[in-house]
Amino acid sequence: MSGRTLYDKLIDAHVVRQIDDDGLVLLYVDRTVLNEYTSPQAFSGLRQAGRKVWNPRAALMVVDHVNSTAAVRTRQMPDAGAARQVDYFAENARDFGIEYFDILDPRQGIEHVIAPEQGLVMPGMVIAAGDSHSTAYGAFGALGYGIGTSDIEHYLATSTVRYRRMKTMRIDVTGRPSLGVTAKDIVMEIIRRIGADGAAGYAVEFCGPAVTDMTVEGRIVMSIMIVEAGARGVVIAPDQKVLDYLQGRPRAPKGEMWTRASEAWLQLRSDPDARFDRHVTIDAGEIAPVVTWGTSPDQAIAVTDCIPDPESNGAADRKAAARRALAYMGLEAGTPIASVPIDLAFIGSCTNSRIEDLRDAARIFGGRHVAPGVRAIVVPGSTRIRAQAEAEGIARVLIDAGVEWRQSGCSMCLAMNDDVLAPGQRSASSTNRNFEGRQGPGSRTHLMSPAMVAAAAVTGRITDVRTLIGGEPQ
Amino acid sequence: MTPFLRVAGVAAPMTTPNIDTDVIMPKMFLKGVDRSGLGDGAFNLLRFSAGKPNPDFVLNLEGYRDACFLVVGPNFGCGSSREHAVWGLQQLGIRALIGTTFAGIFYDNCANNGLLTISLDVATIGMLAERVADPLTNRLAIDLERQFILLDGRDGSAVSFAIEAARKEAFLTGRDAISSTLVFADDMRAFEARHRAENPWFF
Repeated sequence: MSGRTLYDKLIDAHVVRQIDDDGLVLLYVDRTVLNEYTSPQAFSGLRQAGRKVWNPRAALMVVDHVNSTAAVRTRQMPDAGAARQVDYFAENARDFGIEYFDILDPRQGIEHVIAPEQGLVMPGMVIAAGDSHSTAYGAFGALGYGIGTSDIEHYLATSTVRYRRMKTMRIDVTGRPSLGVTAKDIVMEIIRRIGADGAAGYAVEFCGPAVTDMTVEGRIVMSIMIVEAGARGVVIAPDQKVLDYLQGRPRAPKGEMWTRASEAWLQLRSDPDARFDRHVTIDAGEIAPVVTWGTSPDQAIAVTDCIPDPESNGAADRKAAARRALAYMGLEAGTPIASVPIDLAFIGSCTNSRIEDLRDAARIFGGRHVAPGVRAIVVPGSTRIRAQAEAEGIARVLIDAGVEWRQSGCSMCLAMNDDVLAPGQRSASSTNRNFEGRQGPGSRTHLMSPAMVAAAAVTGRITDVRTLIGGEPQ
Repeated sequence: MTPFLRVAGVAAPMTTPNIDTDVIMPKMFLKGVDRSGLGDGAFNLLRFSAGKPNPDFVLNLEGYRDACFLVVGPNFGCGSSREHAVWGLQQLGIRALIGTTFAGIFYDNCANNGLLTISLDVATIGMLAERVADPLTNRLAIDLERQFILLDGRDGSAVSFAIEAARKEAFLTGRDAISSTLVFADDMRAFEARHRAENPWFF
């Protein structure tokens, strides 16, 4: 019998019982994080059925999706709908006894940024939350994945979900990325290669030397973004870097409990002879910064390339989708992507709003200025990160460069608040999704790393960041 | 949740790959605390332009306005977890989606609301899409109990489909998953005690 993958070990350790003979199980879920827009109907369902929350301590509620990110923080929401959602959210937190960070709380931030910040995420856990980017927790050796509102309600009432085991995919990242190439570029290149459904139905384990070398923050970027290839769960074996990240966090174990926990956590890994259903290898040393040109995250190219001809796509429906994407984006095949002018530069989102992303951005903005006609916005992932960036002098660098330095929230990742592009406006964005209308009806989004967004902001057009930092464009 | 037994009606083709939940339910319709008003939101930016129905969008075409099935492209429902996409499709009158693959969270959201998703091979989906693209042959009937799709509503040809027993049962009965799970409350408590002993730092 071959060994087990880390994913299989985590699932095996969380199966409460089998439900049927087709592999449906009741899976225990250790934690959830709740936001104000996917949870209200779940709480209403509990109220209507007169149900309680099974384990209120396992959940955390935080306002992040609909709030303003204006520089001065107030309780005021951008519109009446958002205000109603936040009011109901607070009411649910109170009535069901769940810890709640409101908009003025110094611990507030994007759910996937603050859950690790608070030490709520630990290796060996299963964490399901009402947001697709809940795969973030894979970076800590926890299995993370997103669920819809009905499953939030099911989770709240039972601390379980009904679950069918995924297939497993191992993605090995070898080599060493060159200067100017980040975790974002690596994961975007993987998505470009395997497609927007390349990991659909799979739980992904990232491994290999480039992942070992990567910071925990970089692993979070990979874990979140691979969801855009359809991954339904991510795990990365925890190591000393993960322990260093978690130690001393408010909800992390302390003292003797920490010692016991950390010993157990370092045992969590796939067996050497574990079999995966699919295996992908990518050499990080071969990757250039990646930019999307279309309206699906897999419609991407190296920043040194030209926009591809839709007719070069295989199937008829793929050609049609590429033609439609180009028309929507207002671009023509054959154009070098590194010549496309932008209107707005956005650095933020659960994918790329952590301190190391802001440091990357500050290195590009330092001594430079946002190009005429371009608006640049930086939204830190949490209120704590905002404070840290201010203490490190990053905020000063950004402000001096003409960047709008904001408060924390999801902001232009999905533009549910008042940070919205006008129709036809084009952004360079450190977010995860370039879908039609994602940043506002008619908005045109190019996904890239935070450093690449900063490079676009200061030059006014999509730019190979390596030309600004003395790296080697290929 | 409304049980799904046998449903007949018009099917519309929508075979673009990777239709995401932002397209199915744009963010402007996500500001509620209940499930209401999402029928207007479904495909809103495709269905309407400048406040008027977009004449090119399939659900605005003669013969497709009352569609209750969509024949869709691969990875339908990818992206955001927003269940509002499923509620909106249902409020628009959609009862089933027939495609090759569905995105994971969306697929579960459909199951939790009684919106049937049927997965078939590429060739069969191609055939169905071509057939329903003609308003003269765009009617289908889905018989979940017997697991087949009757083409054209009457000429007798049919396509069979697979579905796991538990999923089928849930669609047929429209039962509440939470009540079914709470039957296992003793198992859950026993598991939790064991889990706590093994991982005291989680609690």
